[in-house]
Order: sequence, then structure tokens, then C-alpha cells
Amino acid sequence: MLEIKDLHATVQGKEILKGVNLIIEPGEVHAIMGPNGSGKSTLSYVLAGRDGYEVTGGRIIYEGEDLTELDPEERAAKGIFLAFQYPVEIPGVPNSTFLNEAVNAVRRYRGEDELDKIQFVKMLRAKTKELNMSDEMLKRAVNVGFSGGEKKRNEVLQMAVLEPKLSILDETDSGLDIDALKIVSDGVNALRAPDRSSLVITHYQRLLDYIVPDKVHVLARGRIQKTGGKELALELEKNGYADYAGEEAA
Amino acid sequence: MTAVSFLEGGLDANRALPGDGLDWLKKRRDKGAEKFGALGLPTPKLESWKYTRLRPLDDNTYTPVLDGAGDASVKDLPSVGDVAGRLVFVNGKLREDLSDVSDLPEGVRFGPLDEILKDDPAWAEAHLGVVAQDADQAMLALNDAMMDSGFVLHVQKGVVLRKPVEVVMVGGMTDQPVAYFPRNLIVIEPNAQATLVKHHVGRGVGAYFANAATEIDVADGAIFKNYKVQAESMQATHVSTTHARVGRDATFESFNLSIGGLLSRSEAWITLAGEGAHCGFNGAYMMRGNEHCDNTSYIDMAVPNTTCKQVYKGVLDDAARAVFQGKIHVARDAQKADGRMLNKTLLLSNEAEIDTKPELEIYADDVQCAHGATTGQLDQTALFYLRSRGIPEALARNMLVQSFLGDALDEITDAHVREVFMDRVVHWLPAHCYLAGEWKESA
Repeated sequence: MLEIKDLHATVQGKEILKGVNLIIEPGEVHAIMGPNGSGKSTLSYVLAGRDGYEVTGGRIIYEGEDLTELDPEERAAKGIFLAFQYPVEIPGVPNSTFLNEAVNAVRRYRGEDELDKIQFVKMLRAKTKELNMSDEMLKRAVNVGFSGGEKKRNEVLQMAVLEPKLSILDETDSGLDIDALKIVSDGVNALRAPDRSSLVITHYQRLLDYIVPDKVHVLARGRIQKTGGKELALELEKNGYADYAGEEAA
Repeated sequence: MTAVSFLEGGLDANRALPGDGLDWLKKRRDKGAEKFGALGLPTPKLESWKYTRLRPLDDNTYTPVLDGAGDASVKDLPSVGDVAGRLVFVNGKLREDLSDVSDLPEGVRFGPLDEILKDDPAWAEAHLGVVAQDADQAMLALNDAMMDSGFVLHVQKGVVLRKPVEVVMVGGMTDQPVAYFPRNLIVIEPNAQATLVKHHVGRGVGAYFANAATEIDVADGAIFKNYKVQAESMQATHVSTTHARVGRDATFESFNLSIGGLLSRSEAWITLAGEGAHCGFNGAYMMRGNEHCDNTSYIDMAVPNTTCKQVYKGVLDDAARAVFQGKIHVARDAQKADGRMLNKTLLLSNEAEIDTKPELEIYADDVQCAHGATTGQLDQTALFYLRSRGIPEALARNMLVQSFLGDALDEITDAHVREVFMDRVVHWLPAHCYLAGEWKESA
């Protein structure tokens, strides 16, 4: 599904990723944990193709294709989805309109017919019901006036509607209470399938009680420092990141 | 071009200006000519013209429109649809073949100024030049001297005009640069209600200079909505000076959507003259290329218990430039005044420029007033957010521009006009790619 080879990336001239290697097979859920400033969010932005995050070395191979030259919208159309740590508010654009545009843009790109309004609304209703979301949240402007939990649920709704093959969740657990965490995790778990993979980026082990990973990686100082099973997360929770802190992350 | 040559051009043309033979009007014209002769065209040396220079008037010699310059064939003129009456002017001349005022309700007069000067000179004398009085506005003085036809809207006491009336002013399509000077007079009597939509459009090639003056009297308890779309050509110089007086418990709402014109200046002087008067004075501007758009306003909260709200938002691309100068003045005894002013501009290019000057001048001590201005670029995080959901960059940019302008357009209280104006915004956007469908539900 995804193969990251010796990935180097800079932001505003500063090298943040210094040779990341990672392989995610179809159907797998991987977690990336690490201290603040280790490059976790940078990795998620680089994978999603954000401007200003420059790949200076290495490759990102997704389904056999090098992604590094593709625009964010092309990556989205190919099935990559990034759930934002801080979802953006867009006043004046109704959530349902935004979702409709996104779904049809992706369908157009893939050469599929666009959904008409009735088809779209039917699909959307089903998804919101699964996620226990109110129709009212669809009418409101994108993320405007949403609580922290509602914003994250809205991210999961977008994910459910776009049905990505590779979901990247950037600190989706931050700012969530236990109930919201459970709803969000259920949404992610509902998408688990043999042909779909997830990369869960988190600072805390808590989320991994709900989204159980196949593999856990520790990212620090711009590199994967250690890889293990889900027990590695528990170990980190107990001992902290002190073992991985280099001179830069002190 | 010198200030005087406008007037000489007018005299040389030796044509009958509207109201020929009316003594009081001749005096007014003479006084205007004298004043303009003394003032000359405004220059950036004047505080209120610091950011706008009437440069196109230096480059061309504009001749006042002669008969025949308004005869060109024009098609596909804009409209908001179902209206109570419609007047079309081409280069300042009424085009009866394109106008329709056959179905006006009782108590409503809507026609060209020259007709009213002929039919009811006493009424015209009692109203023309009453609200628009200012000693040092050169452009108003020039209009006083040269005033062409323009339109009159007069709604009698208590009459409620359910459908809007519409004016279309077309410029261009001449071999030589032309100038015209519409004079408009709007009188909404006590407790009457009316909505006016004005479209300014440029057609064909040919430079033109429109110098309009509009007087608006919104009497006690009346409601008047004044909506303008300025979609002039890249050869147009558009100057408009509006004076409005708002009476006790009356409401004056204005929205100026500027989407085109080489150089435009919309200047408004509004007096909230009666207690309980309210003014919503709003607009949006979208400029590209080397267009220049100036919105200047002065709102005088002259008596206690008045309210005004001003929201102007704009988007500038390429080397376009906009000017916002707004002043709210609260008189000494105008207690409990509530005045709000906001100007926000989005710069889509490094070469675009906004000069913004929001001002409050408060002499009363028990008021609620606020003003603010911001300038920024498209939010890169928001752009990435939309693109990461598969939305192509061009559409994502347009969505963000629409989102930005949306809350200015939300100030338009007429839902149908708001929809038509949003559609104009959308058609300004690059590649016309936009949100189909559900936009209007956002309000």
C-alpha cells in the first residue's frame, strides 16, 4: 500500500524528516508515536502534499506510484485522506455543500459519474446516522462554531464519505473526551478492510485502546527510532519518550 | 484635460440640456459651472482624493454626449427579473425602446429627469438640489452644471412598492471618448417603501466618463433599498456622488457591488436626520488587472438614537487597487448612537493594493461605536484543507473567496437581490467554477 524510503523533508529551509523508512501493507493499521517536535505532523503533511513541505530526498511509493510530485487533490482522488489535528473553519460554506463538492471532485477525477443531489443526500444520511451525527451539523458552515469533538467527528464523516484507501489521522485524539474518542474510533474502525490501511499519529497511547494497531513506530529526531507491536505503545506510556530524546528534542 | 474644457465642450455642442428655459435650474447650472471652474478636477492634494487620481481624464479628451451617441444597438442587458418598472439609458440617453414603465402602481413616479422637469417643474424645483448641497465637491458641481437626464423615483406617502424598480446605465460604443452626467432624484415620502436596483455596464470599445449625482430623501417611517452593480468596462471612468437624508424611524439600505471599471469612485454622504433612523451601508468590490475602485463615505449621525452599520469587503487580484474611506460622525447631542464600520480586503496578488481608512468622529458621550479594517491573503491552511479533500485548487480558491465575501452579501436584506448579486460574484471568479446548488442556503 505505502512504502516510504529514506524520506527527507524540509519546512522553510529546515530539515525535519531525516530519512524516514516505513512500509504499510494493505489492511494494516500503523501507529506513529513520538515526542513533540519529532516530525509527526510534518510527515502527515508531506504524505498529503501540503505546499511548503518540500521533499528533498527519498521516495513515497503509494500503490506502486511515486506520490511526491502530485497535488493534494490528486492524492485525495487516489484515496489518501488526512484527518487534521486542527480542522479548518470555512464560514459561509455549508458542510453538506463542501462534502458534495469533495465527493464529486474525487468521482470526476476517477472518471466516475457525479452523484446527483438525491443520491448524495441518501448516501450522506446513511453515513451521518452511522456516526451518530445530527443533520443540523450538515447545514452549518464547515466547522464553524463546532466544538472540538464535533470537529473531529466531522473529520471522520468526511473520511466515511470519501472512503479512502489510506487514512492518516493526525493527533485525532487531541482535545477529545472519552465519549467523543469512542465515536471517532468507531468511525475509523468501521472503515477497516483488507484493502484499506490507516496511519494513526498520536502522542498518547489512549487512542490505541480503541484503534488497535498492527504496528507501532517511534518517530523522534526526524527518524523512525523503533518499531514494535501494540505493546510498544504501552511501554511508551509507562516510560515516556526519554529514551529517544536526542540533543535536539530535549 | 483642463477642468474648463468639459464645460466648453458642453457649450460648443449647443444642445438643449434638460430643463432648458427653467430659470431656477439655469441658476443652479451657472453656480455649478462657476464652482467647478474655481475648484477644478480633484487632485491627490485634497485629503479625500489622496488615493484616487482621475488619471484617465488626463489621457483622453472627453466630449459631452451628442444626440445619437445613445442609439447603438444593445442586447443582453442585465436584470433582476420581475420588476415594477425599468429604465435603460445608453451613454446617458434614455432608450424608450428598451424601457418599460407602463405598469407602475398608483402613487409611483419613475421616469427620466427631463420628463419630470417638463411635466412638473414645481415639484422638481422643490426637490432637486435640496439634499445634495455641498460647497466643495467639484464632481457634484460639475454634475450641477452639466446635468443630463438621469432618472427620478418618487413614491408617495404610504405607498409600498412590492417589486423593485430597475435602472440600467450602459456606456461605451462610441468612436470618441464621451462624457455624460446623469442626475438622479429619489424621493420616498413618509411610510412609503421601495427597492431600486441599478446596473452600470460597459459595452463595446470606447472610453467613457460617467459623472453621476444622486439625491435621496427617505422621509419619516419610509424604507428605501438601493442596490447597485457596477460592471463597467475596462475603458470606463465612473464617478458617482450620492447624498441621502434619512428621516425619523426611516431605513436606508445600500449595497454597492463593484465588479468592473478602469477607475471608479463612489462617494456617499448620508445624514441620519431623524431619531430612530437606520442606515445599512454596505458593499463588495472585486477588481483585477489595473482596475481602481474607491468607496468613500461620510455618515452623519446627527440626532439621538440612530443606528448605522457598514460592511465593505473586497477581493483584489493582479495589480488592482482599492480605496476605502469611511467616516462615521456622531454629533454632540446624538446620544445612544450605534455605529459600526468594517472593511476587510483579501489580496490575491503581491501587486494588489488596498488603502483603507475607517474613521469615527464622536462628539457625543453615550454612544456605541466600533470600526475595524483588516487586509490579508487567502488562508493557505484552508486552501490545503479543501484540496486535501479532492477539491481542485481553482475551485478551492473560489470557494474561499465566496466564503470571504459571503458575510458582506448577507447584509442585503432582499433575498432575491442577494442571490442575483452572489451569482454576479460567482461569474467574476476565474473559470466560473464555483459551488453550484446549495450556496444560497448558507445565509
